[in-house]
Order: sequence, then structure tokens, then C-alpha cells
Amino acid sequence: MTDYRYIGKSITRIDGREKISGAAVYTDDIDFGANLLYAEIVSSTVAHALILNIDTSEAEKLEGVVKVFTGKDFPYKFGLYMKDRYIFAQDKVRFYGEQVAAVVARTPQIAKMGAELVKVEYQELPAVLDQMEALAEGATILHPDLGDYPHVPWFFPKPGTNVAHWRKTRRGDLENGFAEADHIYEETYEVPRYAHCAIETHVAIGKFDYSGRLTVWSSSQSPHTQRNLFAEALAPMGLSQKDIRVITPHVGGGFGGKAGVTMEILPAALATKLRGYAVKLRWTREQEFINTYQRLGVVAKLKLGVKKDGTITALDHKIYWDAGAYVEYGANVVNAVGLSAIGPYRIPNVSIDSVCIYTNLPPGGAYRGFGYSEMLFGLESHITTIARQIGMDEIEFRRKNAILEGDKTAYGAAMNPNGLLEAIDKVTKAIEWDKEYKSTDPNKVIGKGFSLFWKAPAMPPNASSSAFLKFNEDASINLIISGMDIGQGYQTVMAQIAAEVLGVDPSKIRVETPDTDRNPYEWQTVASHITWSSGNAVKKAAIDARDQILALVERVYHMSQDSLYLEDEAVKCHNQASFNLPLRSFVVEGIATKDGSYRGGPINGRGMFMPEFSSASGDPDTSQGGHPNVHYTVGAGALILEIDKDTGKMKVLKAAEAIDAGKALNPDLIKGQITGGLLQGLATVLYEDMRYDDKGRLLNPNFTDYKIPTAMDVPDEIIPIIIEVPQPDGPYGARGVGEHTMLPAAPMIANAVENALGIRIRSMPITAEKVAMAYKKHREQ
Amino acid sequence: MAKVKLTLNNETRTIDVEPCETLLDVLRDKLGMKSPKCGCDRGDCGACAVLIDGKSVRSCLIFAIECEGQHITTLEGISGDQLSILQEAFIEFNSFQCGYCAPGVIISATELLKSNPHPNLEEIKEALSGNLCRCTGYQPIFDAILKASKETKK
Ligand code: FES
Ligand code: FES
Repeated sequence: MTDYRYIGKSITRIDGREKISGAAVYTDDIDFGANLLYAEIVSSTVAHALILNIDTSEAEKLEGVVKVFTGKDFPYKFGLYMKDRYIFAQDKVRFYGEQVAAVVARTPQIAKMGAELVKVEYQELPAVLDQMEALAEGATILHPDLGDYPHVPWFFPKPGTNVAHWRKTRRGDLENGFAEADHIYEETYEVPRYAHCAIETHVAIGKFDYSGRLTVWSSSQSPHTQRNLFAEALAPMGLSQKDIRVITPHVGGGFGGKAGVTMEILPAALATKLRGYAVKLRWTREQEFINTYQRLGVVAKLKLGVKKDGTITALDHKIYWDAGAYVEYGANVVNAVGLSAIGPYRIPNVSIDSVCIYTNLPPGGAYRGFGYSEMLFGLESHITTIARQIGMDEIEFRRKNAILEGDKTAYGAAMNPNGLLEAIDKVTKAIEWDKEYKSTDPNKVIGKGFSLFWKAPAMPPNASSSAFLKFNEDASINLIISGMDIGQGYQTVMAQIAAEVLGVDPSKIRVETPDTDRNPYEWQTVASHITWSSGNAVKKAAIDARDQILALVERVYHMSQDSLYLEDEAVKCHNQASFNLPLRSFVVEGIATKDGSYRGGPINGRGMFMPEFSSASGDPDTSQGGHPNVHYTVGAGALILEIDKDTGKMKVLKAAEAIDAGKALNPDLIKGQITGGLLQGLATVLYEDMRYDDKGRLLNPNFTDYKIPTAMDVPDEIIPIIIEVPQPDGPYGARGVGEHTMLPAAPMIANAVENALGIRIRSMPITAEKVAMAYKKHREQ
Repeated sequence: MAKVKLTLNNETRTIDVEPCETLLDVLRDKLGMKSPKCGCDRGDCGACAVLIDGKSVRSCLIFAIECEGQHITTLEGISGDQLSILQEAFIEFNSFQCGYCAPGVIISATELLKSNPHPNLEEIKEALSGNLCRCTGYQPIFDAILKASKETKK
């Protein structure tokens, strides 16, 4: 094993002091002085309607209102993977809460009063609130112009229907596979929508100065992608990428909700019509619930065939996604799962249909897990049941079918090296799976739940990262990168990578939040790809700087570069123990020679990374042939659940989760992802869910009615386990883990409930009430 | 507009406020204290917590005009020239991820340790039950508070 100085060490976060002292600046904390204006959005009060008229006259008369805007002012489309939405609704609204107009005023109160004075006349259309209804013959079509929408080449919309994208994956011979099976089991699983609930709501400020320069400050995971989408949308106004600057201070939680562009386009666009002013828009908690991306709802139909000995022979997986009114980002969730709905299993005969369906609900989008949580709820519930049905131990069943290095994925490429079997073993052991758990309380029962998980980053094949690194006089370093530390510890880990290469302590490396004018390109901080991708770029930038240093020393001292190395902020030599040239003596000022002249100069490194092997051009009918996913991260989880038989109240007594990080660059930060992600996942299964009425209105847009976990809801014990089977192309072997930690939560609970009570619940959330009712019914039968 | 005189982080301040302005907005927009954060504006999340006369209060729920003569402490006031033992423990345990809940959590934990220097886990959970954190799963926050309470002499 290689001995590292900083890699693999649980150093404390480099942004810890800033966040603990109140010094950390978030977007809402920036002052803009007297020229700051506030925007308030007029939102649709119906789920589907034609806009007949917008009367802004009363609002315009209000003192303090600067200007009122409607869709007519911005007839521009935007979107990440598919341009299917406008900055403001044009002739039609497609979900309750959609932005129709904006009032810009001197104070937030006046803007709000003004917005209430805007009168919008609608002609209601039938609203389609369920994806299965939207699929049915004769359903109201949300996007009659679907055929004209620009989209990435790997999407396959079906114009004339509500199907925005249909990912088909086919391998082997399905019919044969089922014919070979001794047992076939078919079921349907349902998952509702969920909200991210970052504690910081979305906020952005746009400023268009008199020279025609647009600056946007935003709470975002995606500064460069935002700049690009703003530039594309606002190109008709003559703006180019160089005219737009996106500055992204600290983010108060993302979870996918602040990926891409949602409401940020509003202040950006409004500002362009209000030269010299800064225009601020901050979502209230209610708006945050209603008009940002949501996790997509799912109906999944699963059919699995197995032999008596437990070998899986065939899988038919049909997944219908409630993707909402606009799918510019969400369609890629559907795509990602459509390529991966075999789960971490070796299955020779596969058919997957992952269908992205428009509905009159808010746009679906990225949410930590990117569709895999929804898919795994069904699949891992199904696996446990089918193992029981054939009389096989469920752990043994999983072990037997677990995907191994070199096995084929659903799209035909070889599976990367992984520690799935090790994860199964370690979790089984940590949770004492074979132990008889019994409650001392006669009213309570205890169940055990198990689940595997996997997920690949979902991104375009050319998603890339880059890094700049500059030395300061004292050999401290500014590492200039554009990923976002949304809490996962990105800045710290990137500093560790640079530190390792350059022999400089991470505490001497400053990593700031990005500014697209100064920081080099990064696609987005999503997909759990940033440790891997940006990590590779940072490592290359550090190596570039190191090479410059060693070349300089070779040139001045005539020492072979091969004999030189960096350690303790100095250049040292393998052959000459006394040689010790402190970096601070020359990394900016150069090395003095005998005649008083200098050699060298400021050392600046640069690095970039793009996965050049990746390709999204598989066959549209089978998905065979491309290499859409760069790699999968795998793991396993298990928990012990106590259930009150009368009330259905559940308590997680103990949970263990193992994840294959490739190489844990900072083990404590990974453990932080496990404790945090697992609780977020448990909440989605135990109590969270978005409830809509029959008009498409969200009934619980606040933390009183949409409960997220508090300190009282923490499991008694969580055992985090890190597996390290290196990712060959990862920095020091690392791959991402951020999203994965919440993936096994829902099936673990569903499986534990079945284990304890003999009832199988196939729709999320699995609330106490649902368990109590189901158990009552079960006992009566 | 009405004049309000209060003590903020040990400094006397006099400001003009509208009767409808919350303490949270006034702290952030008129008094330059940005650590209290807005997460919900209706008393659900605790990100806006400050100490008023030593008691933790959600600043989004009270009007600034009610604070005449009161002593208000924000996280800036706790940090001062030197971080507290509790803050150092939060750093050591990587207790926060995005950090947005941190100002409110630190206020609640500070109040707790003042009234109960050696709380058990249940008491810690109880004291933090009004502070939502979406990132950490709370465990590293508990760990830091337990550590800090050990360092406070019995
Ligand atoms: S902002 Fe005050 S409790 Fe949430
Ligand atoms: S650290 Fe993000 S909300 Fe607590």
C-alpha cells in the first residue's frame, strides 16, 4: 500500500472555521447598496390553462414599483438537455405556481403588494396530474410542439403524445430468459414526489451594468452551466458567454435542487431590462416547495425470472416517470435509470423501458440519487420477496447474482472493479444479520432489512473539469476550481489532492467559491462525479506545477529531475540528503544565480479532465454499443427496525452501510455523507411526501406539513463502512459517494417491515399509519 | 418608523424600524449581522436563532420594535476575538456540511451548555429539536456538543 501524507487522512474541513464563526458568505448575505431592487413573481393559480390576458396597470400605479414584466418581454426558451420551457410562461401555463409575470420594486413589501395587483385571466384546460393518465389514449397533450424542441441526441421524444423521452435498453433474449426461469414474479411499485429541502432557499441577484455586462450571484451547484444557459437564452439580446459572469458564494445545501437553472434565470433576465440596478429574487419556503425541481414520481412494473438455485435469468422493468410540466433536466433522470435498472446484478436477458411523461405538476429534476432511489425501492423489495418465495436466504441470493468486475452492464459495457461482495459481507457482519433480534416489549416486533445499491454519474459524455493552481510568496497556494462545496467537503478534498502532489500542508491551501470570470471551467457539481472528475483535474494541475518546479531546479542546479521530490514545502533529493530548497524561496521570486540574475518565476499549474472513453451513442432501440456511464459506485446497507404493532410507529435501532469509495480521500467526510444521506433517505420512506389536490396544488408547502427529520429522528446507531476497491482512472483510485448514501434506505425499511410483520408495502412513503392499517388488515384475514 | 435602542453583541445600537419589520430582517439589513439565516420565515427551521437576554429565540418570529432595551447576541458575538470551546469542537468533528444551519445550531447549543453544562444525549436532542439540518444527520453535531461539555469542568 502506498504511503500517503495527506490522502486518506481525516483532516478537518478547510471551510470549517468560516462556517462555524458566521464568516461564511451565502448569496443572500451580500449587500448591493441603494440600487438594489426586489422582484416578486406572479405565479399561476391553475395547473393548466391558456393565458388570455394579463393586466398589469394597477400594479404599475403602485408607488415604489419600478417595472412590471410578463412573458411578452422575454420570448426566450431555455433548458439543459431539452429546451422545452420559457423564462416566463408565454401563452400557456402548465403547472400551479409557474411564473407568469414579475413585479420589480424598491422594497420586497412593495413588490409583493404589486404582484397581488396583477390580474391574470385564464382559460382552463384539463389538467393531467398522473403519468399513467397522461400516457393513456386521448390524454390532453401538454406540449403540442414537442417535435420542434431542441434536445440532446440521446433523447427520443414522441411528438403528439406526452412522452418526452423513452429510454429502451435490451440485452439477450427476454422470452428465452423467462422460459428458462423456474419462478417468475411480477409486481408494481409506486414512489411519490419529494422536495430537497435545503435549508437555504433559492436566491439570485442579477445586475446589468451600463456597459452591457451581466453579473449574476446565485446559490447554485452549477456556475458554468448557468452562465452557458443564460448566454443561450439571452443570445437574442446580443449577450455572449464573455459578457456574463456568474458568482456562486457558499451554498446552503443543494441535493440536486440547485443544479442547472431554475429560478435564477428570472433575476438574470429581469436585470437586462433594468440597466444599472441589481435585481434580487429570493424564493420563500413556499415558493421553494412549489417552483423548483422536484424528485420525480414513479410507477414501476417489475417482472423477474429466477431458477430454483437463485440464478436470475430475466428482468423486464418498466418505469413510468411523472416528470412534470417541463423536463429539460428531469428527462436525464429517466435516461440514467433506463440504462441502469438492472441494479447491481448480473442479468443476461433484460428489457428496460424508462418513460419520461409530461404532467401538469412542477418540473421534475435532479435530486440526490438521480432516480436510482426510486428504481431501487421496487427492485430491492422485489429481490427480497423473490428470494423468500424460492426459499433462499436473501443475502445468499444477492451474493449469487451480484455484478462483478467484467460482467456486462445493461448496455453491454464491462462493469468496473468494485467491492460489492465485500460490502455485503461487512454489512452482514456489522449488523449481526444472523442474530435473533427480539423486543422485550410484547407490543413491539423487530425486523431486519437489507438492500444493495449502485449508481453511476449521469452526465454528457464530454462533461469536464479543469483547475488552476498558483503559488504565493510563502509557498501557500490558491487552488482555483469551479466545483461547489455544497457541504460534501469538496474544497477540503481538492486541497488534500494538491497537497499530496506538492508536499504542502492542506491548511496552506486556499480554495474559494467560484466566479466564472476567474475560475476555469467545470461542468457542474452533480452526479457524484466531482471528487473523481475535478479531483483528476486538480491532480494534473498540481503535477503541472511540480513539473515546472523540478525542471527549474534541474536547470539551475544541474540535478536530474528523477532524483528530486517535494516534501515539507521543499525540494529534496534522493541522492543528496543535504539538499533542501524551500519552495518559499523561489516559487514566486525565482532562484538567484551567481551573477545576480534570476531563473524561473511564478509557478502556476493547470489541469483538465474529460472522460474521453465515454459515449452516449448507443443504439436507440437497445442502448447497446455506447459507453454512457463512466463507472458505478456500489454498496450495501442493512438495518434493524422496531415496530409498534398497534400504532405502526417505527424506530431504526441500528443501521449499517458500506460503500465502495475506491479510495477514501478523507474517511471522516465520507462517514459524514453516510450519516447525513442515510437520514435523508430514511425520511423519504418513513414520512416525507408531496401531496397534491385534484387541481394540482401542493397541500404541504412548508416544514410544518412536510416534515423533514429533526434531531429526535436520528437512528440509535449508524455504522459507516468504507470499502476501497480502487477506481483505475480516479484520483488516487477515488470515486464518488455523495448521492449513494441515501439509496438503500427505502427498500431496507420495506424489507424490514415485511420481515417483522409479514406484510409487503409497495408504495412509498411507508408511514406508521400505513403500516398499522396494513397490519390490521393482514391480521383480520 | 420608530426608534429602538438595544444592545447587540455588547454594543449599544439605536435604529429606526417599521413596526412590521422582523428582528431577523433588521439584524441582517440594518445592523449588518448576517449570521442569522432565513430558512422558512415562520418559526419552523431555527436558522434565524439568536440569544435575547440569554434565551434562544427565532428572530423571524418577533418584531424588532419589541426588542427595546434587550441584549441580543448573534453568532458574530459568540465568535468575538476567540472561538468558544464549543465552536472548536464543531470544527474538530466536521459537524457541519453546507453550514447554513450552523449559526442557529450554535446558538441553541450555547444556550444548552450554559443552563446545563453536562447534558446527556437525550437532552441534547431535545435542545436541538427546533433546528433543522438537512445535511449532517445530526450525529456529528451531537458528538461535538458531548465533547465540548466534557471539556467544561464539572
Ligand atoms: S427562519 Fe426563523 S425559524 Fe426558519
Ligand atoms: S449543515 Fe447544511 S443544513 Fe446543517
